[in-house]
Amino acid sequence: MKHTIAILVKDTPGVLARISSLFNRRQFNIESIAAGHSEKKGITRITIVAQGEAGILEQITKQLNKLVDVLKVRDLPREKSVERELALIKVQTKSTDQRTEIMQLVEAFRGHIIDIDKQALTIEITGTQEKINAKLKLLDSFGILEISRTGKIALYRGADRILN
Amino acid sequence: MKLSGTEIVVECLRREKVEVVFGIPGGAIMPLYDTIDKNPSFRHILTKHEQGAAHAADGYARATGKVGVCFATSGPGATNLVTGLANAYLDSIPVVAFTGQVISPLIGTDAFQEVDITGITLPITKNNYLVMDVKNLASTIKEAFYLARTGRPGPVLIDLPKDVQNAKTDFHYPEKSRYSGYRPTIKGNLNQIKKATKTIQESRKPIIYAGGGIITSNAANELKIFVEKTNIPVTTTLTGLGSFPENSPLSLGMLGMHGLASANIAISESDLIIALGTRFDDRVTGDIKSFCPKAKFIHVDIDPAEISKNIKVDIPIVGDVKYVLSKLTHLSEPKKEKEWLAEIAELKKKNPLQYSRDELLRPQYIIEKLSEITKGDAIIVTDVGQHQMWAAQYYQYLHPRNFISSGGLGTMGFGLPAAIGAQIGCPKKKVICISGDGGFQMNSQELATAVMNKLPIVTIVMNNGYLGMVRQWQELFFQKRYSSTSLEGSPDFSKLVQVYGGKGIKVTSKNDLDAALKEALSSEQFVLLDCLIPPEENVFPMVSPGEAINKMLGVDQS
Repeated sequence: MKHTIAILVKDTPGVLARISSLFNRRQFNIESIAAGHSEKKGITRITIVAQGEAGILEQITKQLNKLVDVLKVRDLPREKSVERELALIKVQTKSTDQRTEIMQLVEAFRGHIIDIDKQALTIEITGTQEKINAKLKLLDSFGILEISRTGKIALYRGADRILN
Repeated sequence: MKLSGTEIVVECLRREKVEVVFGIPGGAIMPLYDTIDKNPSFRHILTKHEQGAAHAADGYARATGKVGVCFATSGPGATNLVTGLANAYLDSIPVVAFTGQVISPLIGTDAFQEVDITGITLPITKNNYLVMDVKNLASTIKEAFYLARTGRPGPVLIDLPKDVQNAKTDFHYPEKSRYSGYRPTIKGNLNQIKKATKTIQESRKPIIYAGGGIITSNAANELKIFVEKTNIPVTTTLTGLGSFPENSPLSLGMLGMHGLASANIAISESDLIIALGTRFDDRVTGDIKSFCPKAKFIHVDIDPAEISKNIKVDIPIVGDVKYVLSKLTHLSEPKKEKEWLAEIAELKKKNPLQYSRDELLRPQYIIEKLSEITKGDAIIVTDVGQHQMWAAQYYQYLHPRNFISSGGLGTMGFGLPAAIGAQIGCPKKKVICISGDGGFQMNSQELATAVMNKLPIVTIVMNNGYLGMVRQWQELFFQKRYSSTSLEGSPDFSKLVQVYGGKGIKVTSKNDLDAALKEALSSEQFVLLDCLIPPEENVFPMVSPGEAINKMLGVDQS
């Protein structure tokens, strides 16, 4: 089963290595990991999407909590959270017609063209992982040259926060 | 006043009341060694190998309950600490290690004697630090000692680049620091404790399964009082030996792979397991699916990650076992399950430890004799292997911190250096190191440290010419193919110790044992007894790996 876990950590060297090594040891596959500043200075928020059994997740959560630099670990259940991912996609363009076709498509699915060249277009898409996957499928026929994805980030719905 | 990094280390250690440091100097830690020479506020014991230093710090911590401290230089000095730190980590022993590091501009360049020791020790320390700014040094040391000794204790490593050691800053030692991500639960949830007392009240066949946590938390007395009120029999793990006096009729001794038959059968029959400061290790439970099928579980541990890790428990209580036990005693009604206690007494009577009491110098006899002479008053430090199990089974432990052994990691070579640490921590106590001819040779260089420091340790080498425990497994599970387990070519240990300046006695027959033991125990110098025991003696009872713990080899269960 897939899980989304949000972790608040002190911004110290090696903290990411400590976290990923715990997942690794229990053979829990990390699908994506996104880290960035939180609302508090010196505190980083990490969002991890990982695949594995619920029992092992509970053990990993407890082990994460034992790390001195980890301040808070919470599971983000799908129904209680909003989530987004950002993807940059570079698509090959062989003709003007094809370029127009792609641009129309991008507009229809509310993406943005952020770079244009004779041979390629770079598209920015945000959305849930499923949405991004669906759009990638659409673009696939044109020839995708490169993809860069941020991995999922998420917040609780409503006023709920990771630190209550 | 400005202090240098090394002066800060020395001042912090003074404030943490460190009495002794075990270590070896080298290039990257020379500034620190220079400072301790000029300003000796603690004793420094020069070991002969950094692994010896780490184990000595560990042995010191186990014997005294204080934090053990060791120093090593960068690179090979630091990597030589690794086994010792892992050993302390698995048994939750408070140790703080300081390592020298190359100067900070050279970090990451594969400089001479550079290793990423914080990276290497990441999974085997409670926390570790690379101090890049001398301004953070004092607070880091404060935090390291606090982490090492509180909650579930463990080793912490501080890596100090040479330039940080020399840099100066204003010294300020924080009185208290706030660790927002670290708040061990001490008290235990009152509702859970109440639920536990109710379940204990309703149980007909309760049993206490006590681990090393009782010793770590200094809760042996609380355990005794709880048992006096509730009359619940007690079995202990290897690291829990000494947490409950084994001369009590309620003591079942050790359980597990080489546990006593009565303990393994009793716990398998029980309807309520009260697990205290222990972690359902595979060497205790055997096949986890068939472990105590009729029982409910109460589990008290300070580490929430141990709750329901290996076995699903009914009533978890996260807290310090000392605090929780006194609360449990306070809230419990007096209790005495007469039928169960009669069953326990019968089990003990029917299943005594058994070995052949013939004219040979049997290892079990040596330990029994030792127990008889020392009356449970010595500190027994063991290495790892068959002798360790005999020492666990045949010595009668009465007090906490009197049995020191490498449990979780099973580190051969632990015995001698750990005994050195224990003897330095407890100079008035008789320290006895029980080792094997295999494990002893893994750190025998520390004979020099022991003799040089005039430590009156008695070392008993159970010499069977084999890596005995491996040989036993080969005999039982590998059709007696003794692949690489013969220790042919070992030196004469009684002579070896003499070369180092200690006393050596070779014991070849049962008749000589008594006199040799008495001579060794009354000596004021380091004495080694080289005991030539039957080469193919086995440790029984034994639960085969993967079996249920009530199915034992070497026990007549008809």
